[in-house]
Amino acid sequence: MKPSADDNANLSTGHADSNATGSSALLSVRGICKRFGGTQASRDIDLDVHAGEVLALAGDNGAGKSTLIKMIAGVNRPDSGEIRLGGQRIDGQSPQEVRDLGIETIYQDLALADNLDVGVNIFLGRERMRRVLGVPMLDRKWMREEAAGALEHLGIRLDNLSMPVGYLSGGQRQAIAISRAVYWNAQLVIMDEPTAALGVPEQREVKDLIKRLQAKGVAIIFISHNLTDIFEVSDRIFVLERGRKAGERAIGDTSEDEVVAMMMGKVIDT
Amino acid sequence: MNTRVRLLQLLTAAWSWLFLLVIMAIFEAWSWSVYDRTFFGNLYNVQAVLLTATQILMMALGLTFVIIAAGIDLSIGFICGLAAVTMAVVIRALPELPPELSFTLGVIAAIAIALIPGFVNGWLIAKWKVPSFIGTLGMFGVTRGMAFLVAGGATVSIRNDTARSFGNSRVFDIIPVPVLVAAVITLYFHYLLAHTRFGVYVYAMGGNLQSAVRAGVNTTRITFMLFMLSAFTAAMAGIFYTGRFSAGAADAGEPILLNAVAAVFIGGASLSGGSGTIAGTVIGSLIIAIIQFGLVFIGMPPFWQFITVGLVIIVAVLIDQSKDRLARLGTGSA
Repeated sequence: MKPSADDNANLSTGHADSNATGSSALLSVRGICKRFGGTQASRDIDLDVHAGEVLALAGDNGAGKSTLIKMIAGVNRPDSGEIRLGGQRIDGQSPQEVRDLGIETIYQDLALADNLDVGVNIFLGRERMRRVLGVPMLDRKWMREEAAGALEHLGIRLDNLSMPVGYLSGGQRQAIAISRAVYWNAQLVIMDEPTAALGVPEQREVKDLIKRLQAKGVAIIFISHNLTDIFEVSDRIFVLERGRKAGERAIGDTSEDEVVAMMMGKVIDT
Repeated sequence: MNTRVRLLQLLTAAWSWLFLLVIMAIFEAWSWSVYDRTFFGNLYNVQAVLLTATQILMMALGLTFVIIAAGIDLSIGFICGLAAVTMAVVIRALPELPPELSFTLGVIAAIAIALIPGFVNGWLIAKWKVPSFIGTLGMFGVTRGMAFLVAGGATVSIRNDTARSFGNSRVFDIIPVPVLVAAVITLYFHYLLAHTRFGVYVYAMGGNLQSAVRAGVNTTRITFMLFMLSAFTAAMAGIFYTGRFSAGAADAGEPILLNAVAAVFIGGASLSGGSGTIAGTVIGSLIIAIIQFGLVFIGMPPFWQFITVGLVIIVAVLIDQSKDRLARLGTGSA
C-alpha cells in the first residue's frame, strides 16, 4: 500500500513528458540481467517503450525475447537492474499486480478458455456478480453485452456472443484476447507471436488491430519471427542476440538485411 | 448458417433428454405388452427408480465438478463405503443416546472422515501435481482398506429409528426422504456450477488450465475444493445407504462408482474436461437407474444391465466426439 501519492505523481508526469517531448518512456528497462543456471538469458538490457508506439522485439530462437517479456510481465524476476512503468518500479511485482498496473501480455497459445463464451473470457478472474433475491449470481448477460461493446470498440462484430470461443476463428480469438487487454485499460500490450498461428487474411486483421490499438495511445511490444510483419506494423525494432542487445533502429532507418545481420550477431551497437 | 449451427448444438446438447424419453417409452411399452399394465404410472416403480438414481447421483455430483476440471476421482466408491460403515459404527457405539442424537453424530462422523481422503486427494493433485487418475487410484486402495478395517471386515448393522426413517420414509407418503434431500443438494450444486465464480473457474480449468492461471485464478485452492466436494457427495451416498438398509457396508459404493462415472459422461461431460452440467448428470443418473430397475422389472437376468449401461456409455462418448465436428459445421472454421 506504499506506492500511493509519490508514484501517482510520477505516473502523471511520466505521461505528460512522453506526450510533450517523446523523451520520457512509458516503460523503461535499465540494466536487466537474468541467468538460468549456466545460461545468461539477459545481459544488461536497456529498453524504452513510449505510449502509442509499436516496438518489435526480434531475435533468433534462444535470443532471450521470452525471458525479457516474462520479466516485464512479472512472471520472472530479474537478477539485477530495474523495470519502471510510468516511473514506478514494477520489477518484483506479481504477474497479477503488473496486470493491474496496466501491462497485459497476450501469449502465443492464447490465454482463452475455449469452452467459455466471450463475456466470461474477457472477465475471467474479475467476474461481475448481481444479486437475485439476495443470492449472488454471475451476471452473464451484462458481461456479454460489455464484451460486445469492447469488441465493437475495436471494430469487431461477432454474430453469436454466447458461443464458446473455441468455435470462433483464430483471428476472432486473437481479437478477443486483445480486446480483453483494452477493456482493462492496458497501457502496454505485449504480444508474443500474435500472427504465428493464423491464416493470411487473419494475420491482416490482427495487424490492423495493432494499428488501431496504437492509434488509441496504447504502447505495444510485438514479438515476431516474421520480418515482413515487423516492418509493416512497427515503429522501432529492438534486436536481441544471445541475451544481449544486438541493436535498435527506427524502422525507417534499417533494412531486413541489417536486421538479419544483427540477429546473427554481426552488427553490435553500443 | 447460424440457425443450422444452433439446431445442431441443441441436438447434441439435448440428446440425453431424448435418450431418456426413448428409454422410458421402451420400458412403458414393454410393461404393457408383457404385463398389460403401466410401468411409470406405478408410484412404487417411480419411487424405486428415483431411489436408485439418488444413489448414483449423489456419487456423481461432486464427480461432475472434478471431470469438468479435467480430472477424475476413483476413490469415491470406497469413500462412500467408509462413510457408511463409520456412520454405522458410531451409531452402534452410542446405544444409550436418543436415536436422533446418535444419528446426527453418525452423520457428522461420516462426513468428517470422508473429507480426510478428499483432502489427501486435493493435496496430492494440487500440491504434488500427481495425475488425478493415479492419486485417486491410490486413495481407492487406502479408503478400501480403511473401510473394511473400520467395519471389522463385516457389514455393520444398526437399530436406529431416525436412520431408518431417514432412509425409508416418504414425505406426504409420496417423495422418499433421500430423494428430497438429494434434490436440495443437487440444486445447490447446480447453483455452484452455473452461477458462481467457483463454477466458472472449474470450467476454465478444464477448458484451458493456463488461461485460468493467467487470469489469476487460485487453481490450487480450487483443486482442493473439487476433491473435498467429491468426497462430501460420496459421503452423502454412504449416509443414504446406511439409512436405507440400516447397515453400513464397506463396499456400499463399489458397484455405484462406475455407474456414477457413466452418468457424468452420459450427461454430456467430456473426458478432456471443460464440459458437463448438473442437469446432464441428473439425466445420466436417471437413464442408468431406469435401465437397472427396468431390466429387473421385465425379468431380464441382471447381467444385462452391465451390457446395456456399457453400450450407453459408448454411444455417449461417440456423440461427444462428433459434437465439435457438428458444431463447427457452417462456422467456416472447420
